[in-house]
Amino acid sequence: MPHRTFFWFILPSALAMLVFIALPIVSIVVQSLYVEHDRVLVEVENCGPFGCSKEVRVDAAATAELQREEPLGRFNGLATYTNRNHLAFDEIGAAWANAPDIAEFAGEILSLPFYRALSFTLAYTAVVTPFVIVLGFLIALAVNMLPSLLKGPVIFVSLLPMIITPLIGSLVLFWMIDSNGVIGATIQALANDPALSLKASAPLTWITLFVYGIWHSTPFAFVVFYAGLQTVPKDTMESAMIDGASTFERVRFVTLPHLSPLLVFVGLIQLMDNFRVFEPIVGFNAEANATSLSWIIFNDLRGAGTPLFGSAAATSTLTLIGVSILLTPVLIRTWRDFTRKG
Amino acid sequence: MTIAWKTAITLGALGLSTGVASAACGIESGSVRVLSNDFPALHDVVEKAKECAGDGVTVTANQTAEHESLAVPALSANPAEYTSHFVANSSLQPLLSNDLIRPLNDYIETYGKNISERQKIKIGDDVMVIAFDANAQHLFFREDILKEAGIEPPKTYEDVLAAAKAIKDKSLMAYPLTGTYKAGWNLAEEFVNMYLGMGGEFFEPGSAKPAIDNEKGVAALEMMKSLSAYMNPDYLTFDSNSVQAELESGSAAIANFWGSRYGAVVDDEGSTPEIAGSIKVAAAPTVGGGTIPATTLWWDGYTVAKNISEADAKATFIALDHGASAEMANANPDAAVWLIDGYEPGPGAIGVLDSMNQGAKPYPMVPYMGLLHTALGAEIVDFMKGEEDAAKALADTEAAYSAAAREKGFL
Repeated sequence: MPHRTFFWFILPSALAMLVFIALPIVSIVVQSLYVEHDRVLVEVENCGPFGCSKEVRVDAAATAELQREEPLGRFNGLATYTNRNHLAFDEIGAAWANAPDIAEFAGEILSLPFYRALSFTLAYTAVVTPFVIVLGFLIALAVNMLPSLLKGPVIFVSLLPMIITPLIGSLVLFWMIDSNGVIGATIQALANDPALSLKASAPLTWITLFVYGIWHSTPFAFVVFYAGLQTVPKDTMESAMIDGASTFERVRFVTLPHLSPLLVFVGLIQLMDNFRVFEPIVGFNAEANATSLSWIIFNDLRGAGTPLFGSAAATSTLTLIGVSILLTPVLIRTWRDFTRKG
Repeated sequence: MTIAWKTAITLGALGLSTGVASAACGIESGSVRVLSNDFPALHDVVEKAKECAGDGVTVTANQTAEHESLAVPALSANPAEYTSHFVANSSLQPLLSNDLIRPLNDYIETYGKNISERQKIKIGDDVMVIAFDANAQHLFFREDILKEAGIEPPKTYEDVLAAAKAIKDKSLMAYPLTGTYKAGWNLAEEFVNMYLGMGGEFFEPGSAKPAIDNEKGVAALEMMKSLSAYMNPDYLTFDSNSVQAELESGSAAIANFWGSRYGAVVDDEGSTPEIAGSIKVAAAPTVGGGTIPATTLWWDGYTVAKNISEADAKATFIALDHGASAEMANANPDAAVWLIDGYEPGPGAIGVLDSMNQGAKPYPMVPYMGLLHTALGAEIVDFMKGEEDAAKALADTEAAYSAAAREKGFL
């Protein structure tokens, strides 16, 4: 394609990407470098139904004046990134100097909000992504072997977890694993331990969230792989059969190589999706035992009455960097494939 | 009777009836647009205010749990999207800090003769909010279970622990206590209650520097930990809905729970008459030898937006004054504990009123309290799970709060 044609062809999509992706990212990065002005505080007498007291107020007029002069706030450089609620450089330094052993040091770091969230986010991504890919592939193979009469209904049922809104799905499961719920009570009966609760301990909460994540995302992988299976070349498959390849060998040496671009695709999407895990944490009321990067952003924006835009922007930028690091190996591989072919 | 007479009478009656329609509130014209949270007491006020709608007067309302995130942008517009935002102690701050509501002194003088002194929320000399109801967490207990265990209704948290032990030892219940201990806002609110009951101060006087890392803070946390030993192990996921269910299902006997839920707990839904009938309320317990109930008092009230026309402001004030009237309060006695003069409190109001009379403190209205509340909700969880000690949890809270307060320009 001549460059000129290519340019006109790509222009609308490039413009849309600029407006809807690049500009918001730039705005978030800029926002993360600023904090709000010093508030002008005054002490006033407050009275209400429960008596009077002297309390501190923000002087609205004086603060508005400051804001008019510099609407973005005070320039803070990278200080928001390094403060305790994010990368916490000072606290890590202190912990490194004071902790007697490495376990203590790790414990200290994991009690910092950002690292606690990062640890769950990474664990969730690392566990859920491979399970989703493998399970999705196996289900696709199984469904592909079904007689065509059964295929429709089975596909429909397999897709249900993905059709349910994540928040609703996690709420439904949350009630089912309650000690009065059908799953929770069954597990208690099986383990013969009336105090067993899937919500009370960190490891069990993590496992519950992983299982939920796998349950919710597998249909996506299944549908993509199932579509891919319809394009496996029949003649190659038949020659493999004539050569005496077993079912396993046919899957390993014909189907898998054929589907490898799809594997990369599902892997990419799943890495990105799982890295920004959010709804199940809210749905499962799991804040006590598991938080994620997206949850911190939500908490900064909605937790404190007035939103902490700088904090939320800094965490967003860090999430973006995290996703880029995770995706780098996959992208490098894709680039190599591309240049080899080209 | 002649035709002329008939016509005259009919016209007179018509004139009278339209006259009555607007004379009910005395508004000539204007638009009343309310933004509020979404619970029964507020619905009652708005429904009553809607009686003022009619010839040239419109009354509309957006009642949603998302009201706080809408309020500042909606009231910053000129003219503002809403003429009134119903606020509580905690949600008044953003409106004040951004100068979005108007002082009500003149309106009260002209149109608000029935508003009692205790309803007026004054900032300096200006009345900024008219409060109409009060809410607090207070004791809910099962009279029958306590009798069976042979104990009096508890007056202090030490009594609560003793009662819980007695109930558990007699195998009446596996988890006698419950509470809104969900990690986050709810858990932090429990700490705020307990810490105030211990007589603690959250900040150094006149500044935004936190001051919770002290003996009282540790004692408050230790008490919460001791209580949690008698709760269902899932307690860190329990919000108001879960606690209500625990009480209604008869799984728990004692809770320090929101007064506004009383109606829902004792009604004939979600429970048996035996259980619901024996749930009684009392003031919140005191703690650690303190004299005031370990709870915080909350009010709900209406404001009038600044960026609206004088006619709309006047209409809004008059309509809401009509909405929050004694007549409305007595028509809905169980919906809330009304602060309105002439209201006759029902049996469920004792918990809030006694807590109030025994000197419980209002939830702090300082502008940076929300940040401390958020930090508490995240940082004391590790202590409750037994992963760190109380002093460390409080130091962590102060550190997390300080980082946020610096970003907000308070420190």
